[in-house]
Amino acid sequence: MTRLSVNRKAYEVEADPNTPLLWVIRDDCGLTGTKFGCGVAQCGSCTVHLDGEARRSCVTPLKAAVGKEVTTIEGLSPDSTHALQKAWIEVDVPQCGYCQSGQIMSAVILLKENKKPTDADIDAAMSGIVCRCGTYNRIRDAIKKAAMNGGAK
Amino acid sequence: MTAKTELDRRSFLKATLVAGGSLVFGLHLPSKSRAEERFGIAEPAVAAFQPNAFIKIAPDGKVTVTVGQSEMGQGVLTSLPMIVAEDLDVDFANVMYEQAPADKAFANPMMGTMVTGGSSSVKMFFAPLRKASAAAREMLVAAAAQQWGVPAESCRVAKGEVFHPTSRRAAKYGTLLDAASKLTPPAEPKLKDAKDFKIIGKPMKRLDTPAKVNGTGIFAIDVKVPGMLTASILRCPYMGGKVGRVDEAEAKAVKGVRAVVTLGDGVGIVADNYWSAKKGRDALTVEWDKGPNPNLSSDGIYKMFADGANNDKGLVAKKTDDLAGAKSKAAKTVEAVYWSPFLAHATMEPMTFVADVRKDSAEVWGGVQAQMMVAQVVGKTAGVPADKVKVNTTLLGGGFGRRFEMDYVIDGTLLSKAVGKPVKVIWTREDDMQGDQYRPATYNKMSAGLDASGNPVFWHHRVVNDAIMARLGPGFGFELKPDQLDDSAFEGAHNLPYDLGQMQIDWVRKDTGVPVGFWRSVGSSHTAFSTECFVDELAHAAGKDPLAFRLATLAKHPRHAGALKLAAEKAGWGKPLPKGMGRGIAVHESFGSYVAQVAEVSVDNDGHVRVHRVVIACDCGQVVNPDTVAAQMEGGMVYGLTAALYGEITLKDNRVEQRNFYDYKMLRMNEMPKCEVHIVPSNEKHGGVGEPGTPPIAPAVVNAIFAATGKRIRSLPIRPEELKQA
Repeated sequence: MTRLSVNRKAYEVEADPNTPLLWVIRDDCGLTGTKFGCGVAQCGSCTVHLDGEARRSCVTPLKAAVGKEVTTIEGLSPDSTHALQKAWIEVDVPQCGYCQSGQIMSAVILLKENKKPTDADIDAAMSGIVCRCGTYNRIRDAIKKAAMNGGAK
Repeated sequence: MTAKTELDRRSFLKATLVAGGSLVFGLHLPSKSRAEERFGIAEPAVAAFQPNAFIKIAPDGKVTVTVGQSEMGQGVLTSLPMIVAEDLDVDFANVMYEQAPADKAFANPMMGTMVTGGSSSVKMFFAPLRKASAAAREMLVAAAAQQWGVPAESCRVAKGEVFHPTSRRAAKYGTLLDAASKLTPPAEPKLKDAKDFKIIGKPMKRLDTPAKVNGTGIFAIDVKVPGMLTASILRCPYMGGKVGRVDEAEAKAVKGVRAVVTLGDGVGIVADNYWSAKKGRDALTVEWDKGPNPNLSSDGIYKMFADGANNDKGLVAKKTDDLAGAKSKAAKTVEAVYWSPFLAHATMEPMTFVADVRKDSAEVWGGVQAQMMVAQVVGKTAGVPADKVKVNTTLLGGGFGRRFEMDYVIDGTLLSKAVGKPVKVIWTREDDMQGDQYRPATYNKMSAGLDASGNPVFWHHRVVNDAIMARLGPGFGFELKPDQLDDSAFEGAHNLPYDLGQMQIDWVRKDTGVPVGFWRSVGSSHTAFSTECFVDELAHAAGKDPLAFRLATLAKHPRHAGALKLAAEKAGWGKPLPKGMGRGIAVHESFGSYVAQVAEVSVDNDGHVRVHRVVIACDCGQVVNPDTVAAQMEGGMVYGLTAALYGEITLKDNRVEQRNFYDYKMLRMNEMPKCEVHIVPSNEKHGGVGEPGTPPIAPAVVNAIFAATGKRIRSLPIRPEELKQA
């Protein structure tokens, strides 16, 4: 058994310690907001926070998360009122929506470290997350809107 | 898509239904509503008013719209409810959607079966939904009028209430449900006048956004069913190949693996969870039968197509009476070969399906684009009647035509049947990349002529590619004969709008063995590139401005011209650009929408193309949600731009070489151009919006590269080595 803390809740999971955190979160913890897109850290759909840092959960083994706090999209706010979630709704960013958990989780870290990101800052922080629907300009607008509204809450 | 193509696909799909035998789909309205999620309320105990399959009004006045079309990002779960809210005359804040079951009540009228495709949802459901909504409204008005003892004509409606102005009486819809339920729906209800629209044509917030920012939106990969197992399939990498010898001992020894199931073209590992299935799969040893064309390669296909273009007669898709005469008289002839590669769909959510096959029935969950056909395919595969298959449509993590296919549906069904439990099958990205139904590669042999004054006198376009209908047909008892045209192979080429003198469009069909399928905008995804680039070449050969040359030959096509003029005006066509930059223009009609795009690009010394700005003008007829139109135009453009810059599936030794996003590149945030979308005001009939944004971008960019560098790209994707400064 491995002890794990996800969204401030304790879990004991049977998964092998080398199992990618993504599949532990999805299959053992039952939290499906974090998505599988490529399995090789190329698309960022699986982005979660590990002690406040963005991580590609598809290539992060379970054992690397032990003793740390994992935050997923479900743990971002209890009622979808994080500044970025509100901005995402305001701008109507998502199309299919599949990548958006990864986009938002990456943007949270960007705004935590940079209250007023420039376009170049946004490019640098967000280019790892693929959106096949092409919502990039709306993502950019929503990040700027959230930054104006106080950023990471 | 032309009217003819629509007809052909409709006939095709109808044929598939006939081939599937007689189908009886009882109208079973869904019992659970998503209203609960949106409004935080449970289903009310009092029966709701359900005047038809689409609309349900609850006693608290909340309206649930049952949508048969699948949501793949195009906004259909918002646009169809908007149409209902308009003619029902309710506040849009009180409207929510639910996804329909597989039922002929929700059949796409264009296809005669449930299909989300061909950019047809608004086009096909606008009239039926308005009528259904107006009928419901008239029943509610009649119920109020009856209660008040006044003529129905003296009543008014607004925001979910019926008023009788003279007697100052009012009743909310929710109080009229019982009385309205007892009335007969009117056959010809009066529709609202377009000038009174309060919702249609106004930007409305998407109803599905909240669930897509907090992780609660359910895609197929998120479905949980009690007792469910998860599977991964090691698929034969060779096209048309099969499983040979399987050594499953090591796979079976992996903890959590429950079963190893050999399918015809792959070996499925069914396990307690995904990672166990994946580890089991990695432990398999399989020898493959390498299929009927072990030497199939991209080079070979290119040669086969070039040979076909030069030596095969092919079929005539369109011709005027005297091409040969015009050719012989032309003062100047321009010739070129254009090439578009095979492309993968690469939806963000890899193919995933959940099936629970029981003795006499089945229930399935998936992001699918054709629910009734899914019911048939599952039924046939599982050995249960199609009307005993319950299809639950989840959100689609991207569609683009890929989820019209049935391969992943069959996977889940076979595995559930084999193990006797619910099974979720999840493809890997590599499975998805190497097991796609690809956009057909296309070889275009083109020639055109000018007279001594630079006026066009002929246009001859030979299109060589695979036929999608040839592949899809046999599974449905439909065979594309050698003398039959498949419009999807050359649509956009045979209906080229320009008056270029004598014209002929030939199609040479080649059956390469590569599985080909519908890819966002289908034939237009490549014909816009070949035709709009070659028109540009012709304009330059005539010494004319590319915009002026187009407009001069579009006298009979004002909607193409209108889109072009608007895009050109907004982009500042003709105004100087900084050194090293170029501007290119293209226009293309597909699915009834006319889209012009102007791209501004620069090319660096290493030949890398940067697209700085794209201005889009679209005439898609009457608009339901302009914000969705803008999003689809921009997103469609990005899909086409990604392909133009990077997209290429290549084959070697009968297998696809690309594996994942590291060798099948996606456009990313740092490469995203600025984009503006301008909508041509129009009361014309609806065009589609999901696909028509894709075709014009490749030619707009390639034409801009020519303007910037003087180099003409004729083969996609655009390769930096072709543009590198010497």
